Amino acid sequence: MTDDRLRATPDEPIVAEGRRVPLTSPKGLRRVPRGVDELATEHLIVNMGPQHPSTHGVLHILLELDGEVVMAAEASLGYLHRGIEKLAESRRHHQVGTLLDRADYVSGIHTELAYAMAIERLMEIEVPEKAHWLRTLMGEINRITSHVLFVGTFGMDTGSMPTFLYTMREREALVDILEAVTGSRMMFNYVRPGGVTGDLPAGIIAKLETFLADVDMYLDEYDVLLTDNEIFGPRTKGVGVIDGTTAVAFGMTGAPLRATGVAWDIRKAHPYAAYAELDFDVPLGSQGDCFDRFVVKTAEIRESLKMIRQLIAGVPEGPHMAKVPKVLRPPAGEVYTAVESPRGELGIHLVSDGSDLPYRMRLRSPAYYNLAVIDEALAGGLIADAVVTLGSLDIILGEIDR
Amino acid sequence: MSPLLVIVLRTLAGLGLLLLNGVVLIYMLRKVLGHLHLRLGPTRVGPWGIFQTSMDVVKLLTKEDFRPTASDKWLFRIAPLLIFVPSFMAYLAIGFSPTWHFANLDTGVLFVFAVLSFVPIGIMMAGWASNSKWSLIGGMRAAGQQIAYEIPLLLSVLGVAMLAGSLDPKVIVESQAGLWLGFLPKWFIVPQFLGFWLFAISAQAETNQTPFDMSEAESELVTGFANEYSGMRFGFMFLAEFSNMFVAAAVGTTLFFGGWLLPGLEHNALALALGPIIFMVKVYLGIFCMMWVRGTLPRIRIDQMLSFAWKALIPLSLLWVVVFAVILKAVGA
Repeated sequence: MTDDRLRATPDEPIVAEGRRVPLTSPKGLRRVPRGVDELATEHLIVNMGPQHPSTHGVLHILLELDGEVVMAAEASLGYLHRGIEKLAESRRHHQVGTLLDRADYVSGIHTELAYAMAIERLMEIEVPEKAHWLRTLMGEINRITSHVLFVGTFGMDTGSMPTFLYTMREREALVDILEAVTGSRMMFNYVRPGGVTGDLPAGIIAKLETFLADVDMYLDEYDVLLTDNEIFGPRTKGVGVIDGTTAVAFGMTGAPLRATGVAWDIRKAHPYAAYAELDFDVPLGSQGDCFDRFVVKTAEIRESLKMIRQLIAGVPEGPHMAKVPKVLRPPAGEVYTAVESPRGELGIHLVSDGSDLPYRMRLRSPAYYNLAVIDEALAGGLIADAVVTLGSLDIILGEIDR
Repeated sequence: MSPLLVIVLRTLAGLGLLLLNGVVLIYMLRKVLGHLHLRLGPTRVGPWGIFQTSMDVVKLLTKEDFRPTASDKWLFRIAPLLIFVPSFMAYLAIGFSPTWHFANLDTGVLFVFAVLSFVPIGIMMAGWASNSKWSLIGGMRAAGQQIAYEIPLLLSVLGVAMLAGSLDPKVIVESQAGLWLGFLPKWFIVPQFLGFWLFAISAQAETNQTPFDMSEAESELVTGFANEYSGMRFGFMFLAEFSNMFVAAAVGTTLFFGGWLLPGLEHNALALALGPIIFMVKVYLGIFCMMWVRGTLPRIRIDQMLSFAWKALIPLSLLWVVVFAVILKAVGA
C-alpha cells in the first residue's frame, strides 16, 4: 500500500498502520474521503455490503469512488466470525470436523480432510487404501459442487441470471450423491481421523455414471452462456488483473494464482489421499484477469470429472476405516497439513499437548489470502469491475471470518 | 355522449389497460424467465399461480409508505409519479385498430418518444431524492443511458417515417398493407431491417432491460434508483417499467410489423373486428422476445454501453438515414 492511504490529509504525518495517534479518529478510508481532484469534487465513499447482493455473504467493502471509478477499496471482515478456532480447543479431536464443516460450508470434505490428515500424521495412523479412494472421490465431487456454484454466482455477478439456475441442476445431482454417501448435503462430517465414516451405498456408482454421461453437455452450455458470450468477454478480459508476483506476495493460492500462470497445486506438489495415482492436469491461465480465473475454474471442473472417471474405474476393496482408539490422544507436538480445496491451499496447523483436546488449531483459509489482494485489484476499475473481480476470487465468508 | 365524458372514459380505459397489462406482464415475465431458467415460476397462488401477481399488488398496496428521514420529502414523493405518468401518456398514442385508439394524434409516434423522454428525469429525481449513494449512482446512470439511446431510437424511426410519409400510427400501419412479390407481407421490417435492428437494441436500453439494465443493475447497485422505495411507490416504478416494455413493443409492431394488419386480412369487417387481437398478439410476441433476451444475456458495463451507443449505434443510424433516403429517392424516381 502506498503511504498516502494512511493519511487523512496530505500534510499530516504518516502513521504506521495499526497505530493510532491519541485523540484522533482512525485513519484510512473509514472516515474521511481523502481524494479531491482538480475540479474539487469530493470522492464518494460507499459501503458495499455487508448486505449487498454481490459480496457473496457478509463481506463489507468500503469503496472510494470518483464517479463510477473505484479509487481505493478496503475490506472489513468479521461479520461471520463464530470463533471456530477457539471453539475447537474445547472439542475432542473427532468432534472438530463438525466445526470445520461450517468454516468453508461449500466444500466441507476438504477442511475435514486437512484436519484428519493432521491427526493421522501426529498419531502415525496408516489409512486404508479404500479410505484414501473414498476421500479423493468425495473430495472431487465436492470440488465440482463448489466450482459449479462459482460459475453460477460469477454469472450472476456479470448480470447473467440463467447460469446460476443452470448450475443448480448439476449441483443438485452431485449434492444428492454426497447426501447418499455422507448423510448430509453440506455439513458432511464424513472424513474422520483414520478413514471415513462409511462405504459407498449400493447404486451410487450407477448414479454417478448417469451424471457423467450428461455433464459434458451441461458444461458446453456454460460455454455458450458465458465463456463465448460477446458481452461476457469484454466484461471480464483485462479486468482485475493480478500478476504472478503480486499473487505470490499476497500468498494467493488456487485458481486465482494459477490464472496468473504459476503452477501451484497441492495435489501435484505434495500429493495426498489417492492423488499420486491419478492422471490429471493443472489448468493454467496467462493474463491473471477475471476471464482467466473463470476459465481455469471451468477447466478444473473437467479435470475433476476426469479424476472421477478414473476413480470409479477401479474400486479398491478393504476396510474404509483404520483401527483407531475411541478417544484420540495425539502425542504432544505440532503439525501442518494442507489440501487443495476448491479455493486454494487449505491448511490446518495443529498443536497438540498430548491431551484429547487440540491445544491450538489454526485454519489457513485460502479465500482469506485471495481476498487480501482486492486493495490492489479493485482500484482503477469501475463498480461493475469491482463486483466481477470480487466474484472471480471465489470467496466464502464462512472460511474467511471463521 | 358529451365530449368530456368521452375523454374521461378513454382515460379510464387507458389506465385500466395499463394496470391490467402490468399484472399480466409481471406474471408473464415470471413464467417466461422461470421456464428459461429451468424452474417453474409461480405455481402456488391459484391455478398455475395466476393470482400471484394480484396478491403481490395487495401486498404493495398494504405496505407502509416509508420515506427515509434524510430524503428530500417532495422530490421523493413526486419521482414515482414522474416515472409512471409518462409511460401512461404514451399509451394514448397507440392505435390498436383503425377505429380503436385512445387519442387520434397526427404525430403519434413522435408523441410517444417525447413523453417517454420524461422518464429519466423521474429516475434521476428518485435517485437524488433518496439521499442514498447507490440510488444516486443508479439515477446518474439512467440519465446517461437514456440520453445516449434516445438518439438511435429516434433515428431508427426516420426510415419508416420516410416510407410512410407520416408519423401518424394509423397512416404508418395502413401503408404496410398488401404483399411484396406476392408472398412477402409488405411490412416495413423488410426494407428497414437495419432500422428495426437499431430500434430493438435502443428499445431494450430505453426500457431498462438486461443487458442494459444499468440504472437497476441488481448485482452492482442492489436496485439502483429504486433502492429506498417501498410499497406502492415502488409498485409504480415497477409498473412503469412493464408499461414501457409494452409501449416499446407496441411502437415496434406499429412501425415494423404492420400493426393490426395480417396478410389476406385487410380492409374488411373481419379485419376490423380482429384488428386489436392481432395487434396484441404481435405486441406480446415482441415482449416475449424482449424477455428472452433479458433472461439470457449478461449485463454490459456502463462505459462499454455508452461507447457502443455513441461510437457504433449513433453513427450507424445516421448513416442509415442518409443511405436510405438516397435509395428511396432513387427507387422512387
